[in-house]
Amino acid sequence: MGVQSEALDARALREDFPVLDREFDGTPLVYLDNAATSQTPERVVESITDYYYSYNANVHRGIHNLSQEASIAYEEAHDTVGEFVGTDKREEIIFTKNTTEAMNLVAYAWGLNELGPGDEVVLTEMEHHASLVTWQQIAKRTGAECKYIPITEDGYLDMDAAKELITDDTAMVSVVHASNTLGTVNPVRELGEIAHDHGAYIFVDGAQSVPHRPVDVKELGCDFFAFSGHKMCGPTGSGVLYGKEHVLEAMEPYLYGGDMILKVTFEDSEWNELPWKFEAGTPSIVQGIALAEACEYLNEVGLDRIHRHTRELARYACEELTATDDVEVYGPPADDRGPLVAFNVDSVHAHDLASIVNDTGVAIRAGDHCTQPLHDVLGATASARASFYLYNTKDEVDALVEAVDDARQLFA
Amino acid sequence: MVSGSDMYRQQILDHYKNPRNYGELDDATFEHVGENPMCGDTIKLFVKLAEDDDTVEYVSFIGDGCAISQASASLLSEELQGMSLEAIREMDRDDIVDMLGVEISPMRVKCAVLAEKVAQDGAAIYVGDKELDETTTEE
Repeated sequence: MGVQSEALDARALREDFPVLDREFDGTPLVYLDNAATSQTPERVVESITDYYYSYNANVHRGIHNLSQEASIAYEEAHDTVGEFVGTDKREEIIFTKNTTEAMNLVAYAWGLNELGPGDEVVLTEMEHHASLVTWQQIAKRTGAECKYIPITEDGYLDMDAAKELITDDTAMVSVVHASNTLGTVNPVRELGEIAHDHGAYIFVDGAQSVPHRPVDVKELGCDFFAFSGHKMCGPTGSGVLYGKEHVLEAMEPYLYGGDMILKVTFEDSEWNELPWKFEAGTPSIVQGIALAEACEYLNEVGLDRIHRHTRELARYACEELTATDDVEVYGPPADDRGPLVAFNVDSVHAHDLASIVNDTGVAIRAGDHCTQPLHDVLGATASARASFYLYNTKDEVDALVEAVDDARQLFA
Repeated sequence: MVSGSDMYRQQILDHYKNPRNYGELDDATFEHVGENPMCGDTIKLFVKLAEDDDTVEYVSFIGDGCAISQASASLLSEELQGMSLEAIREMDRDDIVDMLGVEISPMRVKCAVLAEKVAQDGAAIYVGDKELDETTTEE
């Protein structure tokens, strides 16, 4: 682990990411769409090629050498990823395709069986569609009801409202840890305590928090926690569901098939032990192994340092962007936000803005960022979003601000 | 000179900033609305037909959204005058791109074709070939 008190050297880290050398017609890439997907360091890509060149085989079913090597690497990947978020129990780490699949796993395996009329699922107005749409639809099928904790004027959760909304009728509180639009970091530990006081579970969507800050699921006290590998230097197709062992133990499987069974007859089947009970079929083996490599990479860089670095970039971007008063930034104040800035420029539609800044190599997201209902609350159909990671620099923020100014002039 | 996207040549910016035929039409023969759900672009088109109940006499629109979607609607509102309903329904994606006179990046094509789709659906609904409340550009 690196010396955490030292600031992170983003310029040096850029060497680890070959894609950052890309140029478009001589203009260097300024990649500021990390909340959508992060870039992949060389050693993570190498862990993928190493698997395919050296020990590609199916897991859990071969006696031969390659299958043994692949099985051990895949299983140990669960341990590495588990330790990365604070659990030493392999049983509590289920590999999925992404956060959305982790969410659906719990919604189907637990929600469809346990929810019914009179039950309530409490979400937040800043939920990503991954959680919002999933619980909304499961609620429709079970007769349960979804309630939404409102946000305050400055983009925080209204905790007084949360205390009123979470009641003995609440069966599940599903809340985003760090908002992908507002940059708000929610008090999930406190929400978990409220949920548990009422006998409800809490599911935390950590897709935007795990890449950027040290996370300890035990300390947060959550029952479920999910995140995606491709937002934390890992490959696409890798995601994780953490669940408390006894909770997962009591749940029915989500997908049926090979590997998730112990014993099968024509009449019935017995389920495999955790976590394999929830990993039916040939899993995404190399994605899991590469995700573990990404965790090790991030550990070496240091999550504390990444946290400080990306927060500082967001603070700087917020200040620079709002230096002109035609820019509206959504979410908490500049000095208290996660590593992203969603904003609108008065005279320029977000999609036009993203198109124009792209001409100077600046990659940002424009749209609703999978938070349409939140955008309704904000009174915006879309917004532009710059999101930062360990390899971004203040110079790149300057490039963004300059490109935004170009757009402003074009539309003046 | 500001460095700007090739997509944002003068014509598009001009039509975006000064949309032609903008506003509601009280005596429209038919009107139709469409939306790009992912972007939030909206276009409502008002069409007044001539006495032959087929030739477009006047078109107006209201809308909200990005420059590409709104400029397309403005340009289209000029283009449609005098066209027959049949001709409107036979237009294709290339017609709108020709009209805009610039290359539209693949991710923005939906913005560009929204107005055209609204016009075509509106015409089809009017002659009874289609039942639809609202046009969307999602396939």
